[in-house]
Amino acid sequence: MVVPLYHIIAISGLLFTIGVVGVLFRRSAIIVFMSVEIMLNAVNLAFIAFSRYHGSVDGQVFVFFIMTLAAAEVAVGLAIIIALYRNLRTADLSEIHELKH
Amino acid sequence: MTAFLFYLFAVGLLGASLFVVLNRNPMYSVVALVFGFANLAAIYFLLEAYFIGALQVLVYAGAIMVLFLFVVLLLNVQADADRPGLSRVFRMDRWWFGVLALVFIGLFLLLVGRGARAFLAPTEVAPTQIGSVSQVGEALFTRYLLPFELASLLLTVALIGTVFLAKRKI
Repeated sequence: MVVPLYHIIAISGLLFTIGVVGVLFRRSAIIVFMSVEIMLNAVNLAFIAFSRYHGSVDGQVFVFFIMTLAAAEVAVGLAIIIALYRNLRTADLSEIHELKH
Repeated sequence: MTAFLFYLFAVGLLGASLFVVLNRNPMYSVVALVFGFANLAAIYFLLEAYFIGALQVLVYAGAIMVLFLFVVLLLNVQADADRPGLSRVFRMDRWWFGVLALVFIGLFLLLVGRGARAFLAPTEVAPTQIGSVSQVGEALFTRYLLPFELASLLLTVALIGTVFLAKRKI
């Protein structure tokens, strides 16, 4: 590999930042959820890069578990979004404030 | 050549992610994220993580994004038109969160620059076999056997929870 490790970690950090911006600033619950996925993938990229450059297989095993976790999380989270939409007729996060009143 | 391909896929990945966050139509966002995850899988292949790259295509670009696609189709969500300008899509009342995030990212970069020089140092590494299915599988079924079994339990719990949540009355 001719790419320095620092560049891969920088790309991972940028990707994580994009995900954070999406989570903090978007209104739509689905987009927020997709931004969480982007953040998980940024972490996966960092794991793979370190695993490759330090010659250890543990990072790849971690990525495997993160992917399993992401699949479970997406299934449950999307079910929650569907249940929210069914009850409140909206997926807009700034409209959902039922616990306030 | 490898470096060129890497930067090409990295630009595709970052561009697709930016498109996901900045775009107004959820359908376009989902398709862009599929494209981004395909680019990420290509980066994994370049980093010789063949097993994880295949999983990225199968699980992320395949299964998870199809789930997202179905939910977008099911909910028929749209950006509502009665809000003015940017706040139609973004929560502008949260701008100070963004400032806070920038501060933390700056701190993070500072720490990485200061302390992790040696950890980030290796640039030229000989090709290895650590990304192959047999290597990852061996680690998975020997040292990480208990977490592996717990992952199956987690998936079962998620399955039951999803079925419960998706029932008609909750």
